[in-house]
Amino acid sequence: MTATTVTAGTVRGGLGQSVVRPDGTAKVQGSFQFSSDYTADDALWGATLRSPHPFARIVRLDVSAALRVPGVAAVITAADVPGVPTYGLISQDQPVFASDVVRFVGEPVAAVAADHPATCRQALQAIVVEYEVLEPLTDPERAVDGSVPPIHPDGNVIRHQRIVRGDQTIEGPVTVEGTYELGRQDQAFLGLEAALAVPDHDGGGVELVVATQWLHEDQKQIAACLALPAEKVRLALGGVGGAFGAREDISLQVHTCLLALRTGRPVRIAYDRHESFLGHVHRHPCTVWMRHHADHDGRIRRIEARFVFDGGAYASTSSAVLINGITHTQGPYACENATVDGWAVRTNNLPSGAMRGFGVVQACFAHESQMDKLAAACGLEPLEVRLRNAMHTGDRLITGQVVENVAPVERIIHEVAALPLPDEPVGGHDGDILRLPGGVGRTTDAAHVRRGIGYAVSIKNLMYSEGFDDYSTARVRLVDGTVHVKFATVEVGQGFVTLAQQIARTELGIEDVVLDRIDTGVGSAGSTSASRQTWMSGGAVLGACRLVRDRLLALVADREGMDAAALTIDGAEIVDSGGLLRIPVAVAAAGVDIDETFEHHHPATEDLDELGQGNCHTAFAFCAHRAVVDVDTELGLVKVVQIATSQDVGRVLNPLSVLGQVEGGIAQGLGLAVMEELLQDGGIVKNPTFTDYLLPTFLDMPPVVVSLVEEPEPHSPLGAKGVGEPPTISSTPAVVAAIRDAVGRELPRVPVRPADICL
Amino acid sequence: MTEATTEMYVLHVNGETREVRDAAPGESLLFVLRERLGLMGAKGACEQGECGSCSVLVDESLVCSCLVLAASAVGRRIVTVEGIAPPGAPTDVQQAFVDAGAVQCGFCTPGLVMATHSLLERVAEPTELEIREELSGNICRCTGYGRIIDAVQRVAVARRGGGA
Repeated sequence: MTATTVTAGTVRGGLGQSVVRPDGTAKVQGSFQFSSDYTADDALWGATLRSPHPFARIVRLDVSAALRVPGVAAVITAADVPGVPTYGLISQDQPVFASDVVRFVGEPVAAVAADHPATCRQALQAIVVEYEVLEPLTDPERAVDGSVPPIHPDGNVIRHQRIVRGDQTIEGPVTVEGTYELGRQDQAFLGLEAALAVPDHDGGGVELVVATQWLHEDQKQIAACLALPAEKVRLALGGVGGAFGAREDISLQVHTCLLALRTGRPVRIAYDRHESFLGHVHRHPCTVWMRHHADHDGRIRRIEARFVFDGGAYASTSSAVLINGITHTQGPYACENATVDGWAVRTNNLPSGAMRGFGVVQACFAHESQMDKLAAACGLEPLEVRLRNAMHTGDRLITGQVVENVAPVERIIHEVAALPLPDEPVGGHDGDILRLPGGVGRTTDAAHVRRGIGYAVSIKNLMYSEGFDDYSTARVRLVDGTVHVKFATVEVGQGFVTLAQQIARTELGIEDVVLDRIDTGVGSAGSTSASRQTWMSGGAVLGACRLVRDRLLALVADREGMDAAALTIDGAEIVDSGGLLRIPVAVAAAGVDIDETFEHHHPATEDLDELGQGNCHTAFAFCAHRAVVDVDTELGLVKVVQIATSQDVGRVLNPLSVLGQVEGGIAQGLGLAVMEELLQDGGIVKNPTFTDYLLPTFLDMPPVVVSLVEEPEPHSPLGAKGVGEPPTISSTPAVVAAIRDAVGRELPRVPVRPADICL
Repeated sequence: MTEATTEMYVLHVNGETREVRDAAPGESLLFVLRERLGLMGAKGACEQGECGSCSVLVDESLVCSCLVLAASAVGRRIVTVEGIAPPGAPTDVQQAFVDAGAVQCGFCTPGLVMATHSLLERVAEPTELEIREELSGNICRCTGYGRIIDAVQRVAVARRGGGA
């Protein structure tokens, strides 16, 4: 990447520059307030009692002994939920507290408030719950085949959807097939779930400081459970220590508010890591069968596929994840004919929901594994088969939707292939053990190390789908030469706070941009997910700035006796087309007070019909990865040596922020490829700690070489595409392809374990 | 509180003497720093010494404060992220983290700042591999580590230039 030069007249800190975060200094100095750092005088601690069983009937629940523990202020159960007893993002099927049946290990049964975390633990131990343990449904296929009675009143199938397009009779002449499996990945954000709820003095409302991804959606769900009007449940964003999808759903929000309202005192809840693993949704474990029919030259003729997503005990976003998965069956390749069957089902496993990539991670691992098989079957190089099938703008997807976005698939493939390979020899320089697979403490013999190279390419939808209007709102005020921007857009670390300032500076020519508190005091911004905030909230800030700009220019035109249409902002100055006027915006804006609010909506999308046809997605972005790995073939250890990527980003608005998304997303894709899996056995969670759930460290993550492809997207307000998810999606299959290249095994499951390689 | 509490003990934190009253004897240094002394800079993310978010210095050694019993730190010099620079005047390491894009969500950042200071005290010009090894006890979920390594290298280069 090249450094962005600032030309004379350009406002400092505007679009295109590597502007640093406005919250950066507070974060490095430890003064930035994360949700777990909020406290209040007289605050109580809250804690949650959770089910130890994946499926059981609650026979008896007695909290009386817990209430007698000194220091305990309240104990609440399902009987204490005044409003709707359930919540959920798409269907409200998840109880605030289980009342009759528990459906996963970790389901909340009761909550306590007390003076100290240790008191809370004592109180939880004093709650008596007698369970009649039931046979859990843990095999998703048994939910598909209907052989198990419903474990929930809504049934065991959350959603079933087919895609049937084109000629269903096409067979061969070349066919390749496989069944691929993905384990359960956890978002593993570092900032554990935490919140502070402060009751109103009159007890008629509550303010909640919480780390979430979508304040207004939380507000709606919490208010319904509390039986309060939305305005009586005010949410403010507590600093978010990462999200990656896991904060889209309700976790502790309702419990914290209920305890605060019950006790009339502020209440803090802070999960520990074990509780966090049980207390939020995860990436869907998934099994994908695919069969590709192709010509001898490698061109795809028809794809058959079947997806089964394990939704776990409650629906969360499973129905949307399913649609994302099946509609991305073809990957970034042209395909006229398809037969796809997809299921999202309910089991007694942990609930699944959003995680970076949202169903497309699952599809991509399958279609990219297939593309390598197709290349081998046709005697082609992996990149050649991808180039021959590469999708273009104007192509029709298997849903019938036309791809109207920039689609530089061929270009990103060429660019990723051209990036330099690592100069490091196989097994590393000078026999340094840290360069060997497994590193220190392992026993890799350099003689058993083999290198492999693999590629993968992806397509990802941006924004929400299927008719959902996920608009965003921004309010911009120009007050005496300072710009104030307010939005409810959740900052999770991605850098929207930086971008919002950059947009305002560039549009208004004023460097002094102040961001208001992020809360529900302005319209919804939608969720910080689906790679959508640069496009949607960026569009909202841009729109509001333009309304403010137009009013400012009208004021200046009035003042100067000129035509407002002739005025523009050029850098930090207002100029007229005749060249007569040139005044600094800051001067023109002195004493001015302009206030505008703007909602950005994307064009409407449609539901899929029975055959899976319809314009269900808003926009698409593309990405390519190349992985280089060294594998100890004897011990099954993998060291990823380098990842190269070329990504379709539309336009780079902040090079440093984009690079951070690219590298960080790749780390999560690498984690899924070779390390990360939250294991369940009969519904019991086996490794809910950072000792046993392995995350990539500094030693696991290789250098990344990056080529950003900038072809401005005409449908995007700023020309930029979302960049958050694509790095996670195709990095996983690229790493696995590289391992396959080194060891010659099929490796149809991620994460790849040592035994898969060497036994 | 039903557990027995200590009457009082004294910790030396960031050059100050701080009294800790009515604490339960089992409280970790992390809990006492945050909840009793109001020093929220150290973060809890695993409470088992795996992630490094709670890193502080105790007698100049980098430790995970979640694994240190607070009462065992009596008589030792404790330095937290709040103690290495006054508000608004970040250290070279802290400034490099901001400038290099090493901060996203920022939850791991205070721990990494402490670990980086400790590393550069011991090894003035670490190789990339040394940086990776030394900081591998600190997990970051956002950045993929690339910009953090860049930040550390920037400081090493700047310090060498400054001392030449």
